[in-house]
Amino acid sequence: MPEDTKQNVKRMSMIVTKGTLDWAYPPFILATTAAAMGLEVTMFFTFYGLTLLKKKLDLEISTLGNAAMKMPLLGMHMAMPNLVSAMPGVDAMATAMMKNLIKKKGIASIEELRQAAIEADVKMIACQMTMDLFEYTLDDMIEGPILGGAATYIETATKSDINLFI
Amino acid sequence: MATQILDVKGLNCPLPVLRARKALKDLPPGETLQVLATDPGAVKDFEAFCRTTGNELVESSVEGKVYRFLIRRAA
Repeated sequence: MPEDTKQNVKRMSMIVTKGTLDWAYPPFILATTAAAMGLEVTMFFTFYGLTLLKKKLDLEISTLGNAAMKMPLLGMHMAMPNLVSAMPGVDAMATAMMKNLIKKKGIASIEELRQAAIEADVKMIACQMTMDLFEYTLDDMIEGPILGGAATYIETATKSDINLFI
Repeated sequence: MATQILDVKGLNCPLPVLRARKALKDLPPGETLQVLATDPGAVKDFEAFCRTTGNELVESSVEGKVYRFLIRRAA
C-alpha cells in the first residue's frame, strides 16, 4: 500500500546525533520498540550519530565531563575526575567495564538492536552532508540506509506523531 | 493453556517486548502466547504494548521473581 494512504498508522521520527556507546542506546531501543508496537519509524543519522551506521561498530564511552557517570573508584562510586579521563586508556577501560555490565544484565548489544531495527523495517537516512564532512564512503556503511538531507527529514517529521532529537 | 511459551528470563528492556512481538507475529490470530520474564519493567511495558497494538493481555501475574504474561493475538 502506498505510504500516504495508510491513514491510521502512527509514525515516529528521530534525529540521531551522538555516537558513543551509551548514547547509541536510546535511539535504537525506542526505534525497535516503536516498530514492535506497529509504528512506522524513521531514523535520521547526522554528525556523530552517523558512526552508528558503520559496518564495524567500535563504540566507546566518554568519561570526560560525564559528571553523572559514577564508577567504582578508590573504594566508592564517584565520577571520573576530568584529569584522569584525559589519560590514554581510561575511556577504553570504562568501555570494557560497561560492556561487561551490559552482558551481565541481559541488555542487548547495539549491534543486536541495530539488526532488530533493520529487520523491523525501520527506515534509516544517512545525512549526506555529514558523509562529506567526515569523508565516509558508502563502503564504510551497512546496506539499507538511504542518503538524504534536512528536507528529507523535515518531510518525514511533518507526517510523524512523535519527533525526537537524541 | 497457551499455544506457545516464550522464555525471556534474564533479558532486559527492550528485549522482552521485541521477542514477544516476534513470537506473536508467527502466531495465528486468537491464539495465545505465554511470556516468562524477570524484568520488573515488563509489567508496565506489556500493558502499554498490548493497549497500543490491540493484542489482549489476558493475564499478568508474578510468582517469586518470574513474571508471567498471557497475550492473545489480535484478530
